[in-house]
Amino acid sequence: MYKYDAIDRQLITERVEQFRDQVRRWKAGELSDDEFRPLRLQNGLYIQRHAPMFRIAVPYAMMNSAQLRKLAFVARTYDKGYGHFTTRHNMQFNWPKVEDCPDILAHLAEVEMHAIQTSGNCMRNITTDQFAGVAADEVIDPRPLAEILRQWTTFHPEFAFLPRKFKIAISGTKEDRAVTWFHDIGLHLQQQDGQIGFRVIVGGGLGRTPIRGQVVREFLPWQDILTYCEAVLRVYNRQGRRDNAYKARIKILVQALGVEEFAKQVEAEWLHIKDGPATLTQAEFDRVAAHFTAPAYESAIDESAFADKLQSEKAFARWVDRNTHPHKVAGYSAVTLSLKQHGVAPGDITDAQMEKVADLADQYSFGELRISHEQNVILADVKKSELYAVWQAAKENGLATPNVGLLTGIICCPGGDFCDLANAKSIPIAAAIQARFDDLDYLFDIGDIDLNISGCMNACGHHHVGHIGVLGVDKNDSEFYQVTLGGRQGNTAKLGKVIGPSFSAGEMPDVVDKIIKVYVENRVDEERFLDTFDRIGIDPFKNRVYEGRAHGKAKAAEKEAA
Amino acid sequence: MAQLIKNQTVAVDAWKTLELAEGETPEAVVLPAGDIIFPFAVWQARKAEIISCHKRIGLLLQPDERVEEVAADLDYFIVIAVNFPKFVDGRGYSTASLLRQRYNYQGELRAVGDVLHDQLFFMQRVGFDAYALKDEKNAVYALEAGFSPFSDTYQTSTSQPQPHFRRRA
Repeated sequence: MYKYDAIDRQLITERVEQFRDQVRRWKAGELSDDEFRPLRLQNGLYIQRHAPMFRIAVPYAMMNSAQLRKLAFVARTYDKGYGHFTTRHNMQFNWPKVEDCPDILAHLAEVEMHAIQTSGNCMRNITTDQFAGVAADEVIDPRPLAEILRQWTTFHPEFAFLPRKFKIAISGTKEDRAVTWFHDIGLHLQQQDGQIGFRVIVGGGLGRTPIRGQVVREFLPWQDILTYCEAVLRVYNRQGRRDNAYKARIKILVQALGVEEFAKQVEAEWLHIKDGPATLTQAEFDRVAAHFTAPAYESAIDESAFADKLQSEKAFARWVDRNTHPHKVAGYSAVTLSLKQHGVAPGDITDAQMEKVADLADQYSFGELRISHEQNVILADVKKSELYAVWQAAKENGLATPNVGLLTGIICCPGGDFCDLANAKSIPIAAAIQARFDDLDYLFDIGDIDLNISGCMNACGHHHVGHIGVLGVDKNDSEFYQVTLGGRQGNTAKLGKVIGPSFSAGEMPDVVDKIIKVYVENRVDEERFLDTFDRIGIDPFKNRVYEGRAHGKAKAAEKEAA
Repeated sequence: MAQLIKNQTVAVDAWKTLELAEGETPEAVVLPAGDIIFPFAVWQARKAEIISCHKRIGLLLQPDERVEEVAADLDYFIVIAVNFPKFVDGRGYSTASLLRQRYNYQGELRAVGDVLHDQLFFMQRVGFDAYALKDEKNAVYALEAGFSPFSDTYQTSTSQPQPHFRRRA
């Protein structure tokens, strides 16, 4: 993975001192709260419900064992012994003191980590596929260009105060695993006539106004990525709305102008800077790409013992089925360590677990790991002959729940338990659903299904693209949950449809149960939940969920009678 | 009155900005004598008149006023002031980049309005060379630390036209 050189190291060291000075001036009253807010946000620091929330970047999902051990140290020393992985390749701490944050950043800088631009109205952490570089279906490894973009976005002088936050995602595989259709800029690496470049998608986003991005350029040579992004950002910085934060994302500008007009303006802007000094060089690409060469894979791995265990131990076979991913090198697998143990907040990981994962990475996966937007940890390069040992160690540490891609492998934001923005709690809903569906046989029978929960319309839990999406809403100071069906990520990404009026927290396990039953009763052959949903439509689900439930006029009459 | 930072020191500001009182219009406002920074609308309405009676002319651009519309006039201006009504409004950074990089404006480029310590580094990089630091802020400390939180940069900018990757040994 990428190793800092002199400038990278220097900049994050200077960032620590800059932030230390900002905290000092804020404490001394030289910076007002309003003046300090955007500065601390651009260092990932929110003031939250109970305490500050501190968000650390894991650029394009890559981490080494030393970095994870450092996060464990921070969790132990400055927090309550755990951290939370988000849906955008970040780790969040929920309990640090503001005054400690400069010291935390100094510790992180020792292992080449930072919190730069993890929040605020600026260019955020670049995200990609958690299996980048190892996926069997990969066309081009996105990581060198992700690192080049990371550097370009870091302290960009013109785009530090945008109308709103700005998120870029890159995918280099046939199947998009980076939610690229729902980012401010989504990039698909591809080859055309022997040339490598990007399909450029702009104006996607979840949140309050979910919109699928649109293609502004079918093919952009990779050398032009910085100048082209500069053109997109400049059009946005100048014209994006600043009068209303809810209408300030680039998706609203693209909608207002129309994608053709937007693309035309970007092209016009780009013509001025195209082929300028920011055009990437082969030398720079090669320099960065040299950090992402394949590790020393072994050949001719003996898989016979692995095959025996698959036959003899059902629990192991189940885990292999759900929690391993095909690797481009024969004899290897990418392992997903599930942070979706039933009853534990999805994405949460304790300091002891972090230490254990770091050990596993060192022992079995070249000392590196990744995190996924599904809030799990990945050991990307595990020999099949060692899967059994990894499984046993993971099991001992609560990291082997075989529910990746299953109903209880829920994506979930921190919600109203921690987050100031939330309208409703999300973790207890996840826990209640996990408790209801605690039977592994049934979970495996239900099969592939994404259940995503967000505590508010900001959609950190990506509820719009869950096959089942749950959104916390506030109705007359009470917490309710709106359910959507049929959303999905990937190449055919689309938004779920709202099933009807919202539910109370107590009703949610039953609601999910009914939805699942409709699927199980209606599925034919090997149909997955989504296949059945696409075939039979939303009505059978709606009818079952609201069966016998008063709503509309009947509900009003019922209320009146009470 | 803000504190004008220029040439690494706190400078005396010889310029006055024409402000339209309520009821005054760009077409009818009395044009004062001296070194005046004229609002964009006044410049648009009274260009010939301003040129005939002022040797030294300044221009004030608001965030939504487009550089493209004064691009042909840049030789007239000794000062262009770009207003930041709130420091989180970042449009002025693009205005400055365009003035310097695309239209090759060589005169003084002054950041005015909500100009604070922690934005000076970015402002300098996009091409500002004068800064009307907000009144109650510490200009001495701004000069000492505000322009140099970082010793190098990755991107191209007005102050560093070569990206870091082209400057590697």
